[in-house]
Amino acid sequence: MDSPLLRRLRRDLFATPLDGLISIVLVVALAASAAGLLHWALVQAQWAVIQANSTLFAVGRYPLDQQWRLWLLTILLAAATGLSWGLLRALPRPDRPARLWPFNDRLAAVLLAGLALGLPLLLRLGTAIQLRWWVITALLLLARWAAGRWGRRIPDPVRRWIPLIWPLLYLLGMVLISGGLGLVNVSPSEWGGLLLTLLEASFAILLCFPLGVLLALGRRSALPLLRWGAVLYIEFIRGAPLITLLFLGQNILGFLLPGGLAPERVWRAAWVLTFFAAAYVAEAVRSGLAAVPLGQLEAARSLGLAMPQALIHVVLPQALRVALPATVGQFITLLQDTTLLSLIGLLDLLGTARTVMANPAFLGKNAEVYLVLAVLFWGCCAALGLGSRALETRLNTHSTAKA
Amino acid sequence: MATAGLPWWRNRRLIPWLVQAGVGLAVLVLVAFLVTNLVRNLTAAGLLLSWSWLDNPAGFDIAETWLPFDAGLPYWRGLLAGLVNTLRVVVLGLVGSTLLGTLAGTASFSGNALLRSLARVYVEVIRNVPLLLQLVFWYFVVFLQLPNGSAAIQIPGLVLAKSGLYLGQPELVNGVWQASMRVSVEFGALLTGLVVYTGAFIAEVVRGGVAAVPAGQWEAARSLGFSPLQTLRSIVLPQALRAIVPGLNSQYISLAKNSSLAVACGYTDLYSVAETTLNQTGRAVEVVLILLGSYLVIDLTISALMNGLNQLVQLKER
Repeated sequence: MDSPLLRRLRRDLFATPLDGLISIVLVVALAASAAGLLHWALVQAQWAVIQANSTLFAVGRYPLDQQWRLWLLTILLAAATGLSWGLLRALPRPDRPARLWPFNDRLAAVLLAGLALGLPLLLRLGTAIQLRWWVITALLLLARWAAGRWGRRIPDPVRRWIPLIWPLLYLLGMVLISGGLGLVNVSPSEWGGLLLTLLEASFAILLCFPLGVLLALGRRSALPLLRWGAVLYIEFIRGAPLITLLFLGQNILGFLLPGGLAPERVWRAAWVLTFFAAAYVAEAVRSGLAAVPLGQLEAARSLGLAMPQALIHVVLPQALRVALPATVGQFITLLQDTTLLSLIGLLDLLGTARTVMANPAFLGKNAEVYLVLAVLFWGCCAALGLGSRALETRLNTHSTAKA
Repeated sequence: MATAGLPWWRNRRLIPWLVQAGVGLAVLVLVAFLVTNLVRNLTAAGLLLSWSWLDNPAGFDIAETWLPFDAGLPYWRGLLAGLVNTLRVVVLGLVGSTLLGTLAGTASFSGNALLRSLARVYVEVIRNVPLLLQLVFWYFVVFLQLPNGSAAIQIPGLVLAKSGLYLGQPELVNGVWQASMRVSVEFGALLTGLVVYTGAFIAEVVRGGVAAVPAGQWEAARSLGFSPLQTLRSIVLPQALRAIVPGLNSQYISLAKNSSLAVACGYTDLYSVAETTLNQTGRAVEVVLILLGSYLVIDLTISALMNGLNQLVQLKER
């Protein structure tokens, strides 16, 4: 009666009679809901709505004969991810131990392989598509392995340019998705599903960050005009609900620009998301700037650095490190906010879901669809959060190792 | 300072003025460009800024209002009814999410490990799923699936049916529920969604505030013979409130702004009325101005109230 497990149980769950009662009630309630959910998911739910519409959820109404472009982009992204991942492990910081396959990486690789094998089967995708996903995953893992194995042999000048593949890939991805350079144009109104959600989120995340940093610097500037301008902008944006701003973008932007200059509805929404998120990122960065002692700037200035140099080389690196968790938090919110596009008639993931459920064949399949979307969003946001925490520890070790 | 020999672009006094003049000029040019376009395009469309259309009859109905409203009343009455609907959900949402958030936030300090992890799971799940998705889930999956008639869910003093949520002493008359107070399932879904969502954020605020109280305060109170609940209520919470109130302020403002997603679960709030108004009149600029102004006033009111509360709970120093 005195095993460690029993002692732990008693301490954690049955410390007082009240605790015991709460525990029993909770266990019964949790077991009942888990059983109900399992029964629903395995017996009652009809997952055909997901299986039949998987392409729609992934890319919307993207023309069928042009979808090879998206597959090509996925292949390139997988290769680039594998390459970067492998190189990060092959060339660690000098102050850290070099381990080619740490436990987390092995776990991630196994999970990835399991997902690639299991998910297409579970969704009952066609054999050809299943095969593609397997090849893409194999390519990612292969690139990871090869980069880890031979990454050290890459000569230094080449190595320095490798991070550039990401911006290049982004531009290339834009061309592949929208057309141009000899490819057939695919109008933004035909983009949809996960493709549109990721596109809008990545576009806004990439652009709102520099804008937010500029606004934060403006808000802390000694020049009154810059300061008041930044304050006015930030407070105006933060005082308005996003939906009213999207509404403004859809209905008024056309009046504000000379005829024909207003961008496509998809891009209008992307710009509104960018300008919206910039105000919140600015507040996150501002708290980071506030954490940098004033002496840092003064010291940099008295060493002869010009204001921009002092900011870029001394103040911002420290401020952004402090602001990192809050900034990533804003990016996560931004990813979630893309669902609002469905309210202004764009076919992002949620918008696609609503059109699917308007189809009489899938009427009333709300629970299945919304649950899958929720799991998808939860996975993406939780992964971003975990990544931010990992990056935070990495940056912190760096700073203490140097001190 | 000898400035005579310096070229003008190194002049420490001149540069800030030049930078400001440059930025100010750029902003002015941009604003002038936009406004000119706006005026020209609006004139061309015959929609130049005017407010007289607010007195025209609206011609649409609102399903559920506190202010009496029908299609014959002017637009401004409709917008006002929408605003009152928004305020109703915001006020009830503030109360509900504060209760739920405080409960979940203090549960994460419980001695019971199961309760602790349940509070954690609640926060992690809710914060990582988009609010809009949660709202449509509550509306389509939970509230619209409620049974009607005698099969409705009956709790003493409350009946949940697809035809509405009935409070007071609900009774079944000819298969239809009747009660002194009825709210629609749309309102129920919106309120539930907002309370559950904001509650998770408030739980984090409360948890942070309680965690900021030094452990010695707990120990001292316990060794003076206070029970855990007493300690929490009379020793820890008053101190934690100082850290909690500023955090609550921003969560309350988020809730007010998030209430504009009501349209997703079919509840007619200010934004929803504004959307209908725009579709009927084409008065985009005026409608957006009304929307932005109303939410700004709501935000400022919440901020002012919370600042007052903040001064009450802050440490009084002689």
